[in-house]
Amino acid sequence: MSGTGAPQARPEDPTPGVEVDSTTSRVVLDADQIARACARMAHQILEANRGAEGLVLMGIPTRGVAVAHRLATVMDEVEGVRVPVGALDVTTYRDDLRRQPTRAEGHTHLPVEVDDSTVVLVDDVLYSGRTVRAALDALGDLGRPRAVRLAVLVDRGHRELPIRADHVGSYIPTRTGEHVSVKLAEIDGVNQVSIEQSSDPGRREAR
Amino acid sequence: MMRHLLSAADLDQPQITEILDLAEEMSLVQGRPVKKLPALRGRTVVNLFFEDSTRTRSSFEIAGKWLSADVINISAKGSSVSKGESLRDTVLTVAAMGVDALVIRHHASGAPWQASRWIDAHVLNAGDGTHEHPTQALLDAFTIRRHLRSSNPDLTSFDGKTVAIIGDITHSRVARSNVLLLTTLGAQVILVAPPTLLPAGVDSWPVLVCTDFDEVLPQADVVMMLRVQRERMSGGYFPTPREYTISYGLTRPRLEMMKPGAAICHPGPMNRGLEISADAADAANSLILEQVAAGVSVRMSVLYELLGGAE
Repeated sequence: MSGTGAPQARPEDPTPGVEVDSTTSRVVLDADQIARACARMAHQILEANRGAEGLVLMGIPTRGVAVAHRLATVMDEVEGVRVPVGALDVTTYRDDLRRQPTRAEGHTHLPVEVDDSTVVLVDDVLYSGRTVRAALDALGDLGRPRAVRLAVLVDRGHRELPIRADHVGSYIPTRTGEHVSVKLAEIDGVNQVSIEQSSDPGRREAR
Repeated sequence: MMRHLLSAADLDQPQITEILDLAEEMSLVQGRPVKKLPALRGRTVVNLFFEDSTRTRSSFEIAGKWLSADVINISAKGSSVSKGESLRDTVLTVAAMGVDALVIRHHASGAPWQASRWIDAHVLNAGDGTHEHPTQALLDAFTIRRHLRSSNPDLTSFDGKTVAIIGDITHSRVARSNVLLLTTLGAQVILVAPPTLLPAGVDSWPVLVCTDFDEVLPQADVVMMLRVQRERMSGGYFPTPREYTISYGLTRPRLEMMKPGAAICHPGPMNRGLEISADAADAANSLILEQVAAGVSVRMSVLYELLGGAE
């Protein structure tokens, strides 16, 4: 069961062969790789849950919602079941809310009651873990799921909280000064994950 | 983003749209098992009310509490104001306790503007004299937008829509803020009142003015009735309440004259039988209770816009 197993690679250790160079942007996942990662995650989630029974996919806006819909599409093809997909905005639950200019709140959409369901939180990038912490708080105000899992397209390491993903599309070693840019066709017109040098190396991306 | 909310004129169309969009999200909190967002945790909001109010004060209080702020209510009765303390001293005293936002209602026009010059905290105008009541205009715009979106979900501006505001324009801060805000959103506003209740200089406002309700009524997409302030009735503004009702009340026969799909608004409190009949107040196209519910969502949105981010 991948859902409870140890991560296959330690994201803190750059994988041999993956060169962390200093060019401004390099592509680390192309459209095919993203599609395969989503397909594998969808299968893993179904395997861990022993089917689609009681599953709810809650994407974290903006791109987490797009990833959640992709997972649901794969699950539909595999099991022939439409798994409910929702959106969970965490803006007001962030711990850095007070450090930034006022941010517009995103949209929260509950497709079904989350009480006693298995909620899979879905995001595009897992970094510090602070977004996931905020999401757990936000979810707690909406109901009491039987279990909460975490699926992310990219785990880039550098956790600041004791949080680990259950399902990971790809481990991508990064440096803190870098920015992981996920582009998905639904939103950006192109499917691609790239690493960019942050213009301000001291800036901590609020993932 | 803005620091204070003193006038509906301070807001441009994108800002209004942002506040209304956020209010839509905030309105979803009302339906949740836990009606609370942690957005303003550790912030203190003081409601400083020098005039009576039910819905404005309580909705500001609920809005602050649902955003996890600490909310304190101070009213003139029972405070040092009744011992003769000046507005400036009261405001400075409250501010000195380290509050983050002051929501002020005062009988003098411009009082919140004055207060914003004296203190560092955010100031929100909750109605000042006969001047402005910007959060009322925002909640009216929110309610009207929802109503219009029920037939046109993509609607963003009020272009081509007509809002008639009927009643005591002279003394109405609701009318002033609504004229500014609804006009910014693109609506055509028509003011309807007897000549005695139209303010001097109204011809310079970006509105149409008419003294004949029956002429305006069939054109209006929204009919907004203002409260007749009974306390002023002896001032000779109109001969008798009965005559006012006949000329300017939204009576049962007038309901038949309304444009199909047009809605009724009233900022409350209502004088049933005077400016609005019970048939109109309780009609299927009356948005009056929706306005009250919108008050909480819109005030949450405004408090979040002012206090939610970094100082």
